[in-house]
Amino acid sequence: MTASQLPTRGEVRSAVTDKPETVPSRGRRKAVRGTQGRAGWLFVSPALVILVLFLVIPILLALYISFTRWTGFTTLFASNGPKWVGLSNYRQLLTTNGLTRLTFATAVRNNFWFVVFTVPLQTALSLGLAVLVNDRFLKGKSFFRTAFYFPSVTGSIAISLVFLFLFQGNGAINKILSTFGITGPNWLISTNGVFWNILSVFGVNPNNPPGWATHTFWGIRWWDWLAGPSVGMCVVIILIVWTTSGTYMLMFLAALQNVSEEVEEATLIDGATSWQRFRLVTVPMLRPTVVLVLTLGMMGTWQVFDQITIFGPNNPSIATPAYQSYAQSFNNFSFGIGAAMAFLLFLLIVVLTYLQRKLIPEDIT
Amino acid sequence: MTVVRQTPLPRRVSGYVLLIIFAIIFIGPFLIQLATSFKTPDDAASNPLSLIPNPFSVEAWKQVLGITGIANVDFPRWLGNTAFIAIVLTVGRVFLDSLAAYALARLQFPGRKLVFLLVIGTLAVPNVVLLIPRFLVIKELGLYNSYGGMILPIIADAGGIFIMRQFFLQVPVALEEAARIDGASTFRTYWSVVLPVVRPGLLTLTILSFQSSWNEFSFFLVANSDPNKYTLPVGLHQLTTGSLGSTPNFPLNMGAALLATIPLAIIFFIFQRHFTGGQLSGGVKG
Repeated sequence: MTASQLPTRGEVRSAVTDKPETVPSRGRRKAVRGTQGRAGWLFVSPALVILVLFLVIPILLALYISFTRWTGFTTLFASNGPKWVGLSNYRQLLTTNGLTRLTFATAVRNNFWFVVFTVPLQTALSLGLAVLVNDRFLKGKSFFRTAFYFPSVTGSIAISLVFLFLFQGNGAINKILSTFGITGPNWLISTNGVFWNILSVFGVNPNNPPGWATHTFWGIRWWDWLAGPSVGMCVVIILIVWTTSGTYMLMFLAALQNVSEEVEEATLIDGATSWQRFRLVTVPMLRPTVVLVLTLGMMGTWQVFDQITIFGPNNPSIATPAYQSYAQSFNNFSFGIGAAMAFLLFLLIVVLTYLQRKLIPEDIT
Repeated sequence: MTVVRQTPLPRRVSGYVLLIIFAIIFIGPFLIQLATSFKTPDDAASNPLSLIPNPFSVEAWKQVLGITGIANVDFPRWLGNTAFIAIVLTVGRVFLDSLAAYALARLQFPGRKLVFLLVIGTLAVPNVVLLIPRFLVIKELGLYNSYGGMILPIIADAGGIFIMRQFFLQVPVALEEAARIDGASTFRTYWSVVLPVVRPGLLTLTILSFQSSWNEFSFFLVANSDPNKYTLPVGLHQLTTGSLGSTPNFPLNMGAALLATIPLAIIFFIFQRHFTGGQLSGGVKG
């Protein structure tokens, strides 16, 4: 399932509090309730068994694994199975200076810049596309709507292969850049932060940071924290913005169509210019959709995984926590560390979603 | 009242220019992909932007379609696996999700609220957190490297239940009351009276399920390591990340990626309206 299918907060609230209508409500209530009770459980149990067996129980098991050392080769309950190590995995990821912590903190740094660039870009682009496609005076709208939405339909791996080809050192993108006299970077293998590259234009040597920036936080120099997304990560940013904008565009289109004609026409009669109309009437009415797209975007971008398995293995500046959790478990056979990474990421997403909802309320009042 | 307006010409022109630029950005990569699949590896490397293969070569497609064999690579079989798994998952999800959704929307049974909260709760769990847990259970149940292990764990999904419940809530209760007075059983009422009314919802769920099962990658990556049971996304991944081949053969990669895209593209163009409707019903309903 995709992120766009998640229920909004309002939906969940009303779904939980609203009592659904049930049949029939009067008269033979008791007998009916008996047969409905049986039927209800009968109807719901196949799906429920699947969800409990393959979702709820596994998560509890993985939580247990995150407190153990386990290679994944034995069964869970064998005598040579997972060995309880308490908080050791979490300590290795958060406090103990070492390679494990460096790997995880770097992944969080990579993902942080990925989110900071991707979420605003995809929101702005999808809103822009929706406004363009919604214009009543342009023809061929359905063609353009289809064109913009099509990348959202295709599979993540298939499309990653296409981008892998386009962004080769002597690939199509650099060919296009060279017609403008720009020598493109070697996108996929470059680990340099883009802010470093910009600074180096002004004569700052990225390999010789100022003293204050050599202090570390979570095992990483401030100079590296502030490097911005790497050139390689920019490819993933472009890819995700390109594939998700179509879906979010549809959400904005639905919202735009709700901005009633009358409201628009009232402001038209008042003599507002189209830009004023957009800014003063349309944008405030789109606010709930903007918040929804920002929330879905943030939840999705902190979990980026599929594309990273294509671009990440050869470039550590692209690896994300989701990918490292997988790689630690399935490539390095440290399932305890991998599971602990996954739960820390989960916690991070929960906290950020909560903060976002506190800071950006859905309605202005 | 109707206001007659004429947008000034410059604005219309700039609107079209923008639309066309974005259309090129969104469709261009697919055109390059298609052209590259008919190139020779040398031509693809030296003329990556050209849309005309020179010389025209069907070698990559021969490999994609299995006419020319490649060691350890079997695209036709992976296509078959993808289609088989996607169809089973779609049928299963539509049936199980709608059954559960109907019970949650309409039937009065003890513990219903709790079950619904559990469904909503599982929706909030990020997919990446589930990779290791699902691997653990599949392995523990002896389902690793089997079609059963790839299908069972995701044959019902909370998102689908949630969407279908929204559709069932809109069905007038009177319809079911009439069926019940006629003495129909709960299942009969559901199957012959309610389901036909929510046909748009079923179609939406069918398309969303098929699309997500066809494209599913991360779960199949951890649930199976047997090349005979690879789906196309996993096969493509193994092909490019080196465990199967070393030097990238771009025409082959582009052709194989197209093989994974074309069936979905055909379905997309047939059911376009429902694709877009489905995204909306899940995301910004009401």
